[in-house]
Amino acid sequence: MNVSRRGFLKLSGAVTAVSGLGLSLKATAAHAKELKIKYAKETTTICPYCSVGCSIIVSTRDGKVINTEGDPDSPINRGSLCSKGGSIYQMVNNENRLSKPLYRAPNATEWKEVDWEWALDKIAENIKKSRDASFKRTNAKGELVNRTDGIASVGSAALDLEECFTYQKFLRGLGLVYIEHQARI
Amino acid sequence: MTNHWVDIRNSDVILIMGSNPAANHPIAFKWIQHALDNRGAKLLCVDPRFTQSAAKAHVYAPLRSGTDIAFLGGMIKYIIDNRLYFEDYVKNYTNATFLVNPALKLPGENRGVFSGLKDGKYEKDTWSYQTDAEGVIKKDPSLKDPNCVFQLLRKQYSRYNIDVVSRITGTPKDKLLEIYKIYAGTGRPNRAGNVLYAMGWTQHTVGVQNIRTMAIIQLLLGNVGIAGGGVQAMRGESNVQGSTDHGLLFHIWPGYLGAPTASLKTLADFNEKRTPKTKEAKSLNWWKNFPKYSASFLRSMYGTNASLEEAYQLLPKLDDGANYSWLQLFDDMYKGKFTGFFAWGMNPACSGAHSNKVRQALGKLDWLVNVNLFDNETGSFWRGPGMDPATIKTEVFMLPCAASIEKEGSIANSGRLMQWRYKAVNPPGEALPDGDIMSELFFRVRKLYLQKGGPNSQAITKLTWPYGKFEGKHFHYNPRLVAAEINGRFLQDKTVENPTKKGEFKTFKKGDLVPAFAWLQDDGSTSSGAWIYCGSVSDKGILGMRRITKDESRIGIYPEWAWSWPVNRRIIYNGASVDLSGKPWDPTRAVIKWDGEKWTGDVPDGAGNPGSGRPPFIMKPDGVASLYGPGLADGPFPEHYEPLECPVEKNLLSPQKNNPTIKRFDKPGVGSDLDVYSGVDTCDPRYPFVATTYRVSEHWQTGVLTRWCPWLAEMQPGMFVEMSKELAEERGIKNGDKCIVRTPRGEVEAIAIVTPRFKPLVVDGNDIHQIGLPWHYGWITTKNRKYDKGDKKAEVFTSGDAANLLTPTIGDANTMIPESKAFMANVVKKGVK
Repeated sequence: MNVSRRGFLKLSGAVTAVSGLGLSLKATAAHAKELKIKYAKETTTICPYCSVGCSIIVSTRDGKVINTEGDPDSPINRGSLCSKGGSIYQMVNNENRLSKPLYRAPNATEWKEVDWEWALDKIAENIKKSRDASFKRTNAKGELVNRTDGIASVGSAALDLEECFTYQKFLRGLGLVYIEHQARI
Repeated sequence: MTNHWVDIRNSDVILIMGSNPAANHPIAFKWIQHALDNRGAKLLCVDPRFTQSAAKAHVYAPLRSGTDIAFLGGMIKYIIDNRLYFEDYVKNYTNATFLVNPALKLPGENRGVFSGLKDGKYEKDTWSYQTDAEGVIKKDPSLKDPNCVFQLLRKQYSRYNIDVVSRITGTPKDKLLEIYKIYAGTGRPNRAGNVLYAMGWTQHTVGVQNIRTMAIIQLLLGNVGIAGGGVQAMRGESNVQGSTDHGLLFHIWPGYLGAPTASLKTLADFNEKRTPKTKEAKSLNWWKNFPKYSASFLRSMYGTNASLEEAYQLLPKLDDGANYSWLQLFDDMYKGKFTGFFAWGMNPACSGAHSNKVRQALGKLDWLVNVNLFDNETGSFWRGPGMDPATIKTEVFMLPCAASIEKEGSIANSGRLMQWRYKAVNPPGEALPDGDIMSELFFRVRKLYLQKGGPNSQAITKLTWPYGKFEGKHFHYNPRLVAAEINGRFLQDKTVENPTKKGEFKTFKKGDLVPAFAWLQDDGSTSSGAWIYCGSVSDKGILGMRRITKDESRIGIYPEWAWSWPVNRRIIYNGASVDLSGKPWDPTRAVIKWDGEKWTGDVPDGAGNPGSGRPPFIMKPDGVASLYGPGLADGPFPEHYEPLECPVEKNLLSPQKNNPTIKRFDKPGVGSDLDVYSGVDTCDPRYPFVATTYRVSEHWQTGVLTRWCPWLAEMQPGMFVEMSKELAEERGIKNGDKCIVRTPRGEVEAIAIVTPRFKPLVVDGNDIHQIGLPWHYGWITTKNRKYDKGDKKAEVFTSGDAANLLTPTIGDANTMIPESKAFMANVVKKGVK
C-alpha cells in the first residue's frame, strides 16, 4: 500500500481511537480535534515568506480560512513551520487588508476609494503618455534602442513564477529597461 | 543553491557565515540538526554577532563585518600550505592547471590592485590565458609552473597569514585556526563540507568576491557537486529565485540570457556575442545552445506575430556599458528622469538603501502605481514623516492584490524547486490576483496603441497574451496556461533528431509541449518563456504539483516531489561527484552512479560516459570550475578591501583601502547632494561604530505583511539597536533605553538591547564596537502616525522606522547590491547630544 505520511497519520489515528483501554477518552480527544477542521476543504500552499519552501495545509469552510498548519507530507518541512509560516492565517483573515483601489490625486492630503475601471483606464493613459513622451528610438550614437526611458519598475519576488514571466513580458513590451526587484538588494 | 534543503542532512561540516538560518530560515535548521544528530556533523558559525545559529554551533568565531575575504583568504592559505586540498578534483575539475599570461600582476606586487586598472576600471588583457598555436589553453598538470592558476592562487593568499588576518578581522587566532582545521578536513573524498550564506555576504562592496572566496575553498576541497556539499545561497524571499530566473532585472532576460545592448544590431550579432566559444576539444560548452534559447524566448513574447529578427528589433536595448540597476534607478528618479513608476509587490521606501533618498525621489514622479496587500510606506510616502502632501505632485494608485492562498500559481525555493500553490479562498473585497491586474493593464494599453498609435507601437500590439479569458469585461488570468508557455511548445509540425541519441528522430505536432530544453530549436519552430523551466510541464501536467514522497536515493533526493530546474536535477554539478572513471568519490553518499549502461540516481549533470574525458562543469566554456575568474569587474582572485565606511585608517594588506572598481555616488557629476558617506579616507569620530542590519524570525523583509499580523507584531513589536554591555556602559545606555542611531544620511529611534551577543573586537590593537539593527519596521504601522480620513486603522502597532534610513548608496563592483551590512554609525541615548 502506498500511503502518504499524512494518510498514514490519519490511518494510525483511526486505529488508536478504536483500540485499547483508553477508548472513550481517546475517542473524545479525537472528536474534539476533528471538530476544528470538520467539513473543511483542504488545499495546500507554499509559505510566502522565506525561501525554504515549506508546505502548508489550508483548511477552509464556507469560503473562509479556518486553519493553517504545516504539511507533514512535505519532505522539506515534514509538518514544521516557523513563527511566520504559522501565522499566515492572520495574513488572510485581517481587517487591515486593502480591499478597494485607492487613489491619491496630485497634492491631495488623503486617499479616495475608486473603481477598478476608472483606475486601470487612468493608469493605462498615464503609461501611454509617459512612454510616448520619453520613448527613445535611437541613442546618442544613433543606434536603434526602442526604449522607454521615462518609466521604471521594481518588483517582485512576491509574485508567482507565472506572474513574474508575464510581468517582464508586459514591461519589456512597453520598452522598459529600468526593471529591478528584490534580488538586487 | 547548488544543492537543496534536505541535502544538508548529508553534510559532515556545515559553515554558517554571512547568514543566520536559525532565525531567518528556521526550518533549514531541521536538516542541520539532522546532520548533527545522525552524522555527528560539526557546525561552525562565523558572524559579527553571537546569533541563534551560533548558539547551536560547535565553534563560533566573531569577525568584524566586511572582512570575510581576509578570513577566508587565510583559510585558502591554510589549505594550500598544509596540502589539504583534494588533488585529483583540483587537477581535473578546476582551471588550476591553466597557464595565465605572465604579464599578470597580483595585488601583492602591484600596490593592492591587479594589473590593468585604469580610471576605476580594469583593462583585462593581462588576465588572459596562455594559448598554443591553435588557440588551446596551455596547461601544467603538475601544477608547478609559476604562471599556472594553482601557483598564482598560492602566491595571492601567501600574504593572508594568520597574524594579519586576525588583525584585520578581529577574530582571535585560535578561533581562526580551529575553524580552518575543521573545515579543511573536508578535503577528503569521504567528507562533505557545506556552506550556508545569505545577505551577510552579498550586501558588501566586495559581495561577489566574498562568495567567490568560499567557492574557491569548496573547489579546493572537492566539495562541489557532491551530496552534503556545494554552496548554498539561502534566498530571502519565497520566490526570489524564480523572479530572478524570469529576468525581472535590467541585465537579463528570463533564463539568464544577457539582455541585448545597442551595439548588437541584429539577432545574429546578439547570438554571436552571447554564445561562448572554446577550443577545449572535450568540453561540452552548454551555452553554445544560446541561440536556441533566445529564439524560443522571442517566440514566447511575440509568437508568430513577428519574425525572430523583427521580435529582436521590437524589444528595448541597453546602452553599452550603462547600468540601470537599483541605486542608479533611484538616483535617476531623484533627479527627475522618470514620470512613471511601478512598485509592484515591493516597498522600496523601506527596503532601499538610503530610504530618505528613495522617499524624496518618489515625490519627483508624476505617477506611481503600488500593488500590495496592505498599506505601506511606498504607496503612502506622501503622508510619511517630514512630508507635506500639499507640495507633492505625485499621483498615486494603490491597487489591492490577492495573497498567496487567494490565487494559484507556483514559486521556486532556494533549491530551485518549483512548487505549486492552490487557491483556498477569494481575495477580500475587490482585491484581484496580480495576473488579472497586469492583464487588464496590458489590454487597456494595447487598445490605446491600436486606436491612437505611437512610437514602436507594434512592440505592444504584437505581444501574444493567451493567458486566460474575458468573462464579461473582466479578464481572468490562468497561470496554468502561462506555466505551459514558460515550458514551451512546438509552433509547427517538426521532425527533430533526438539530442541524446544520434540517428533517432521524433516528430512533433504544432502545439506539442517541448519535452526538455535539449529539444528547443533556434529556427523559430519552438517557443519557451524560460529555457531552464523547459520540462516542467508535460502530458502528465504541471510537474510542480507532484506530491510523491518516495525516495530511493538514500540521500533525500525525493525526485517526484514537485519539480526542480534544470531537468528535475536536485544537485547541480553532480558530474563532479564521481572520479574520471565514473565512480562516486564517496559510494556511501553517491549522487549518481554508472550501472554499466547508464547513469542512475539524480539526473546526471555534465557527466559523459565514464572514461569519455568530458570535464563536468558544462556551463563553463572550458568545462572546468573557475579557481581563477577573469570575468569579474574587480579581479580574477578575491582580494581584501575595506568596506567604504570602515573603522580603520588603512587596509593592512595593501595601500589600496577600498575596492578600486566601485561606483561612488559622492563624486562630482555622479550622484546627488544626498549621497554622503562617513569615514572613507580617514576615520570620522562622529560615527565611530560599525553598524550592520539583520532580521528576526517573526518579521519578513520590510515587515510589509508581518507588521500587520497581531501575533508577529506582538512577538517583535519594534525597532531596536543591539549593542554590547561594554558599549552600553561607555555610552551610559541601559537595556530598554530609547536611543537614536545616526549616520550622515539619517537617523532612527530604537530601543537599546544590551546583550553579550556583541563583544568589542580588537582590530589591529584598537577596540572596535559593532551595533546591529533589524530592518523590518516602518512608520505606517506605528501608533503615533497621523490618521487621515479613510485610513485603515491598524489593530496592532509596531514602533520605529526603517533601518535603511541609515544605509549608504554604495554598491558591489559587479552587482551594485548596496553595502547594507557594514557602515559607520553613532548611537546615543535619546535626548543626549
